Amino acid sequence: MSNPNIYIPYLMRIEKITLEAPGVKTFRLKFENEQEADEFTFKAGQFGEYSIVGVGESTFCIASSPTRKGYIECTFRQTGKVTNALASAEEGDVIGFRGPYGNTFPMDEWKGKNLLFIAGGIALPPMRCVIWNALDLRENFKDITIVYGARTVADLVYKDELAEWRTRSDVRLVTTVDPGGETPDWKGEVGFVPSVLEKAAPSSENTIAIVCGPPIMIKFTFPVLEKLGFKEENIYTTLENRMKCGFGKCGRCNVGEVYVCKDGPVFSYEALKLLPAEY
Amino acid sequence: MQTENHLIRKPSLEKLFNYLIGNGKTIYAPKAKGKLVFFDNVTDFGEVTEDYIVTTNSAKSVVFPRTEKVFSYKKSKESTEIIDAADNTYPDVVLWGSRPCDAAAFIPLNNTFNEDYPDIIFNKRSQKVLVLSFSCSYSDDYCFCTSVNGGPGNTTGSDILFTRLSTGDYLAEVITEKGKLLVTENNSLFEPKPEESKEQNLALIKAYFNQEEIQTKLQNLFENPVWDEKSRACLGCGSCAYVCPVCSCFDIQDEAHGHKGTRLRCWDSCGFGLFTLHTSGHNPRETQGARWRQRILHKFLYMPNKTKVAGCVGCGRCSRSCPADINILDTVTSL
Repeated sequence: MSNPNIYIPYLMRIEKITLEAPGVKTFRLKFENEQEADEFTFKAGQFGEYSIVGVGESTFCIASSPTRKGYIECTFRQTGKVTNALASAEEGDVIGFRGPYGNTFPMDEWKGKNLLFIAGGIALPPMRCVIWNALDLRENFKDITIVYGARTVADLVYKDELAEWRTRSDVRLVTTVDPGGETPDWKGEVGFVPSVLEKAAPSSENTIAIVCGPPIMIKFTFPVLEKLGFKEENIYTTLENRMKCGFGKCGRCNVGEVYVCKDGPVFSYEALKLLPAEY
Repeated sequence: MQTENHLIRKPSLEKLFNYLIGNGKTIYAPKAKGKLVFFDNVTDFGEVTEDYIVTTNSAKSVVFPRTEKVFSYKKSKESTEIIDAADNTYPDVVLWGSRPCDAAAFIPLNNTFNEDYPDIIFNKRSQKVLVLSFSCSYSDDYCFCTSVNGGPGNTTGSDILFTRLSTGDYLAEVITEKGKLLVTENNSLFEPKPEESKEQNLALIKAYFNQEEIQTKLQNLFENPVWDEKSRACLGCGSCAYVCPVCSCFDIQDEAHGHKGTRLRCWDSCGFGLFTLHTSGHNPRETQGARWRQRILHKFLYMPNKTKVAGCVGCGRCSRSCPADINILDTVTSL
């Protein structure tokens, strides 16, 4: 970060707002300061602190791919004080952003492998960064499979992008909604993500699985992946512990000897198993 | 630098104090408020008390205030202006009357605020603090500095350490260049070192445990009934963290007044249920037992594993202040 005071945010102008689902919005943000825009870099998996000055900061991943230059995007659900204030911001307004923080998905190590993305609900945004990063460097990877589920059809985010991925011949997309969440014209699966994943049965051969979702989904997805033959070191997830500072000082995201903000948020299942279950 | 020893007579201490006041220093010293003694801003030597084992509050607020402005802002529909608080001039502070445990606490605090991302505001304050500590000639049952690599006459973290001798005068151990500068500026107040030994004037503080042994034990105690047992009475009030000289967990909060306001870094505590609560309602540390475990593991396992310095200096403040009489020494020695 360019400012020596680590608490000072970049000022970012909201270039575009997309309503993704009820209460879920995506902001496309551009740096107010050109020099900051030129110097800024990030990698897939990193996150930031987004703020409305006078209200507070909130932690979300960077949902756009580092291959798309000149802007960053974030997607958030309106749930608390800060996300409500953010949601009432309009295109052209200025918000604060600190980051990028945290480690990254080791995409360089994944070259030549199949990628399997498994996401639930509002956890597609951190995965979307990695998905577009892989699709923009398509030749580096073999088969790309995306399994995505939400409670209801309305809750699925990035509907335009899901439609695009569905039509691409180089992507296998499986979408599902929880039982009761389907509409009459719903053509996807009906069922919870772990069981839909088991049915889709993607091969574990030369494949990296990236899982992101609510704790309950992750808990039931890991055993399915192991059943499909995935080794612990080939399964990755990103933790969502509560954070304030983003740089390993405020203490909130401390799990065992790691700070999720600084040593994570990306962990392999192998690394995760070494931590106490405080996430 | 190598420690230099001098004698300073009691009346000269007051002259030294007045020299510092005359030079515009802000002095924090132990001051009685009813039956309690607090570190507080003091301008008259008569306000300084010598009758305390440790103060109720710790001295951490001189470098890590309860609320610290990190920036202020002015906002209009068209623009947002951020005014960096780190551009402020922070006061020249003298911490007078800190105990060796208070001074030792600046080491782990400094580690936390400088690991990977240096906190410039913390550092600007730290650079302007002169630490003039006084050895402990008596202690109570809550003190356990000798169990965590400290001691009643330990010099770590102090610029000058004064030890009261049987004559009522003081041995002055000058530990840092900052301390030496003060001696040079007040040369006439400092006499050749006294004959009397320091050790015979120090409190005897029992070593209840060995920090390294506890560290080893804690590697395998994450799942243990002791955490729930020892924290059953906990009210989750956070007093332990607020009085602790090492605890540095914080919250970041905004305070708005119309179109202007500030962003603040405020003390927080891992003992609060909201500390780790996710927006979804999921809480990784759901019980007070899990929070008490975090407090102990962070101080006695995670911090020393990472930095070789424990997150506890054995001052005993948390136990003295606990409204439910939970005693950290009792937990640690029962492991």
